[in-house]
Amino acid sequence: MTSLMLRVTAAESLTPLVKRFRFEHPRGATLPLFSGGAHVVVEMPDGDMLRRNAYSLISDPQDGSGYEIAVRREDGGRGGSRFMHGGVRPGDQLRVSLPLNLFALDLRARKHVLIAGGIGITPFIAQVRQLLRMQLPFELHYAARSRTEAAGLHLLPDVPHVHAHISDEGNRMDLGAILSGQPLGTQVYTCGPEGLITAVAQSGARLGWPKSALHSEVFQAPPPGRPFEVMLARSGRTIAVGAHQSLLEALEAAEVEIDWSCRGGACGRCETRVVSCHGRIEHHDHWLSEDEQSAQTRIMPCVSRFRGESLIIDR
Amino acid sequence: MTIRFNDETFRDDYSYHNSPEAIRRFPFPFDKDDYMYSVNMEPHGTGGRAGSVFEKRFDVDEHYVAEMRDRAITLASDPLRCQSLPHMELAGWDLLELIMQCKAEDYPELFQLHRDGDRWHWVNRPLGIEQRFTFLDPTTLPCGPMEYITRQAQGDFAVLDQRENNLWMDAGMVTSQADWSLDFDIGMNFFEWHAPVPKAAEMGIFQRALKFLLAIPQGSPSRRLNWTMTVNPRLDTSPENYHLWGPEKRTITPENVGAKQYLRVELQSFWRLPRSNALAFPIRCYLIALQDLVTVPKWARRLHRVIRDLPDELAEYKGFTVNRQIITDYLAQFDDGKPTSPGIFADD
Repeated sequence: MTSLMLRVTAAESLTPLVKRFRFEHPRGATLPLFSGGAHVVVEMPDGDMLRRNAYSLISDPQDGSGYEIAVRREDGGRGGSRFMHGGVRPGDQLRVSLPLNLFALDLRARKHVLIAGGIGITPFIAQVRQLLRMQLPFELHYAARSRTEAAGLHLLPDVPHVHAHISDEGNRMDLGAILSGQPLGTQVYTCGPEGLITAVAQSGARLGWPKSALHSEVFQAPPPGRPFEVMLARSGRTIAVGAHQSLLEALEAAEVEIDWSCRGGACGRCETRVVSCHGRIEHHDHWLSEDEQSAQTRIMPCVSRFRGESLIIDR
Repeated sequence: MTIRFNDETFRDDYSYHNSPEAIRRFPFPFDKDDYMYSVNMEPHGTGGRAGSVFEKRFDVDEHYVAEMRDRAITLASDPLRCQSLPHMELAGWDLLELIMQCKAEDYPELFQLHRDGDRWHWVNRPLGIEQRFTFLDPTTLPCGPMEYITRQAQGDFAVLDQRENNLWMDAGMVTSQADWSLDFDIGMNFFEWHAPVPKAAEMGIFQRALKFLLAIPQGSPSRRLNWTMTVNPRLDTSPENYHLWGPEKRTITPENVGAKQYLRVELQSFWRLPRSNALAFPIRCYLIALQDLVTVPKWARRLHRVIRDLPDELAEYKGFTVNRQIITDYLAQFDDGKPTSPGIFADD
C-alpha cells in the first residue's frame, strides 16, 4: 500500500463529537488528486499497537495542497477515533495511504441523488465539490438529529442543491418523497447507519428503482467483539485477537505478511482461506457472497471475527 | 540516452526490424519451460531493470515513430478503433496527464511538459508536435484528450470504468490488437469481454484477476505479460481486417518460418486514474522474428519447449495451430536439451 508521511496542519472541532483534520506534505509537495467518495487509511501508532483506520476524504478532490478528513469520536469503538481526538495535534506526522475509491459517482447518471445520515455525510462533501465543478445535476439530502450535531453543515457549500433534514426541528427526511419523481437515469447514493441504507433500498424497491441505480457506502470500521484465537496453518503458530483488535491487526502485530487496502470489508485484498473451522465465523464484510460466507471457507480478517472451538487459516 | 527511430512499416512490405539492442531487451514472456494461465501480476513503475522494457513507465523504443504512423493509417481507414463513451472524458484527461507526465519525466530529452495552472504546453520532439492547451477544456485540443495522447503513445489503451464491482470497457484506442475488437467490446464488462478465452473461467482466473484490479490503488500500477504468435510483423491483427492478415498464416514454410513467424508479446499494465477513478489498461505490443529470438540461446530452448507442450486449445485460441508443427520443428534445432535458468531475462 503506497503511503505518505504527512503533517497535521489543522485539527478543529466541528461539533462536540466530530473533529476535522488537515494533512499536508511536510515539504509542501502536491498530493495526488482523487475522486469524490475516496478514502485514505491513516496509521495511528497507539502505544505498542499500530492502528489503521479508513476515513473518507472531505477536501476538494482537485486540490492537491492537502487532504482533510472528519473523525467522529466513537467511545464504544476500538480506539482509533479516540486516538485521533485525544492525541493528534497540529505539527504531528502521521502515515496516510494514497486515496482509494470504493464509492465513486457513476458518471453516466443523468442526475445524482446523495442521501446522508449523520457522519455518513463525509464522502459526499468531496462528491458535491466534484459535481459542482463538473456542472452535473444533483441533490443532497442530509439527515441529522440536531443542528449542533450536524458537522456537515460546516463543510458543505451554501447551494440550493443541499437539503438539511434536522429531526429535532421537525424536519425529518421523507425518503418516499425524495425517491419518487426523479428522472430516469438518476443514480442514488446512500451513506449512513445500516438502517438508513436499508430504508433507501426498501423505498427504492417499492418505487420500482433498479437495484443497480442504488449505491451505498459499504465499508465500515471493524467492530469490536470477544477475544478469540486463530491458528496459522503455515507456521503452526497460534495468535490471540483482542477484544478491540481486528484479526488483520493481530496478524500484522505477529508480523505475518498480508495484503490489505480498505480495511473495511469491501475491497477483497485481505481475503484469506480457512483451512478448518470448528465454530462460527462472524462475517462483517461486504465482499464475500452469502454462499461463500455460509460455507465458512473464507474470511476477511479486516472486519470478521470468530466464536467457537478452533479456527485455522491459510496464513 | 538517444534513440534512433527506425524507418519501417508494419504492413505491405513489412520492413519492421529489431536492432541487436532491441532483441536483447525484448520482453520474453516465459519464466519457465512450460506455460499455463496465471494471475501473473507484478508491480510496475519507475525503477524497473535498467535497459529493459520495464525500466520506464511507458517504454519508448526505436519503433515509436513508425508505430504512430501505422496507428494514423489504421485510424484513417477505421475511425471506430478509437471510441470514448460520453462519461469517460474525465478519464481521458486523467490518461493524458499520466502519459504526458511520465514521458516528460522519464524521457526529458524527447518530451517536455510545462504546466502553469491549467495552461499546459506539451512538446513531443520525435513526432514534431508542440501544443498549448487548457487542461480539462476539450475545445483547446484538436481531438478528445484520450485520442490526442494515445496518437502519441505506443501500444493500445483500454480505459475501464469501475462500477457495480466490475470493470467496463467504456473507452479505448485499439489499433495493434491480437484479434479483438474495441467496437465489439465497447460497453462490455470484464466477464463479457473475456468470454472467448478458453479454460481460464473454470480455473477461477477471472474472478481473482478482477478482485485484484478493482482494488488497484493510485500510485501502485501493476503489470503482466501476455503473448501470442503473429505471421509477419503486423500491428493491426484485428477481426475487422482478418481478410488482410488471416490468409498470411498460410504462407509459412519450413524455409521462411524463422523470418516470417513472430512472437508477439503484450506488456499489459494497470493504472488507477485519480479524478475519474477509472482504470487505464495500456497493452503494449512487442514483435520479434523467431530468427532473431533464437540468437538468445536460453529463449530458443525455452520457446521450443513451451510451444511443443502447449495444450491444444491454447494453440487454437492463439491462432497458430496451423503452423505449430513447422514452428516446433524450426525451434527444435536450437534446443540441445540443456536446463534453462529461472526468470525471463537472457543469461549474461
